[in-house]
Amino acid sequence: MLASLVGFLGDFDKAEDAAQEAFAIAAERWPASGLPPNPGAWLVTTARNRAIDRIRRERTLAGKIHLLPAPEAVMDEFDDSAIDDSAIKDERLELIFTCCHPALPLDGQVALTLRALGGLETAEIARAFLVSEETMKRRLTRAKTKIKATGIPFAVPGAHLLPDRVDAVLAVIYLIYNEGYSGRGDLGAEAIRLGRVLVALMPDEPEAHGLVALMMIHHARRRARFSGEDLVLLDDQDRSLWDMPQIAAGRAVLDRAIALGGRGAYVIQAAIASVQTAEPIDWPQVAELYRRLADLTGSAVVELNRAAALAQAGDPAAALRTVDRLDLDGYLYFHSTRGELLRRLGRDAEARAAYGRALELATTTPERRFLTRRLDQL
Amino acid sequence: MQYALMIYAEPGYAETLPQAEREAVLAEFAELLNDPRCVASAQLQPAETATCVRVAGGRTLMTDGPFADTKEVLGGLFLLEAANLDEVLEVAARVPATRFGGVVEVRPVVAR
Repeated sequence: MLASLVGFLGDFDKAEDAAQEAFAIAAERWPASGLPPNPGAWLVTTARNRAIDRIRRERTLAGKIHLLPAPEAVMDEFDDSAIDDSAIKDERLELIFTCCHPALPLDGQVALTLRALGGLETAEIARAFLVSEETMKRRLTRAKTKIKATGIPFAVPGAHLLPDRVDAVLAVIYLIYNEGYSGRGDLGAEAIRLGRVLVALMPDEPEAHGLVALMMIHHARRRARFSGEDLVLLDDQDRSLWDMPQIAAGRAVLDRAIALGGRGAYVIQAAIASVQTAEPIDWPQVAELYRRLADLTGSAVVELNRAAALAQAGDPAAALRTVDRLDLDGYLYFHSTRGELLRRLGRDAEARAAYGRALELATTTPERRFLTRRLDQL
Repeated sequence: MQYALMIYAEPGYAETLPQAEREAVLAEFAELLNDPRCVASAQLQPAETATCVRVAGGRTLMTDGPFADTKEVLGGLFLLEAANLDEVLEVAARVPATRFGGVVEVRPVVAR
């Protein structure tokens, strides 16, 4: 609803006001008159008409009434027969691209996407990102002001800009998902919902399918990932806590991404997640997928994951050689992975040193507890 | 809507380019200048020619050199008439300096 209003009015604040007004009218009228045949369309039409009334009032004051369309052009909101869904354009895709415009600060893109597309209240978003409602309100206002002042278009970008801009949208959705990954589950579900909206609007975009598949498969394992506050590694997770139907649904989305020719970073990550939910896990394949991902991203952290997969595939010595080539000294998981590999190779003293270094870098209590446990086991 | 494109680049970057590349850069600039959306443009003399002026206690104070002492200096600007920001960003990415470590700052101009 908001998407169609922003598209129509070209202004976030006016659209939000109009939507609120329409809901208020509905709350007053519907209990007495019953639901209109198409409540959604009724709300949009009512909100549009109210907004036009308001703009017209404002412009009348400014003596510029002639600039507006004649009143006859506007549908009568109470003539239900005149309202049908097909008359209301779905402009959610335009809204997504506006909210995720790279000219906006990233935190503003995230907040605006959740507010405008997720329909979350400002207070809810503030809670999810652990900031005050005041701060979140300012963040949203700043983003909306920049959209207006700089003329960020309410449009799907042209073909030459589209690939970069789709990447930007996917990055925002994945960021929202990752905020939820650390335990705030409602953001994870919200990110998946947003991803599915994007997939429905861009059905031929393989990376969008890939991202949705990745998030669904990860999300399906959320209940097994923690034991109390402690992080549980994949190997030790209680598989009966996995949401198997959601994993199957995620795999189906992944198949679609691959069928569309998807070979991008999200598709590969989804494929890794998918292989890791099989029993037994095909570790050589996981290592191979990480190799492709490393080729694509050039990321040392991905190489570290590849090494861990090599070790799981039964070659800890090759894994250690890979790890020792990486320049990740400030990274906790570099040292904990090295520690684990050295332990498997029976080099306990070196393993202890590596785990000790990881412990120095740990910032959360669960991380510290996990590493201390590992050290004690040596 | 009108936008200012302010081009920040390392001084003299164009002179260090090979002949063919320098000619390409000049041709690209000419193309931008000929774009019908370009309403005004100015190429500035090097930063060494800059003088900063302040007035304090009724006295005019002058200092030699640009306002901000950074590696990239303001080298020129375009005023562009465009429908929206995306249109301007597309033009901004075609400014040759952006390929050689330079930056184009895009700002809407206050309507009068």
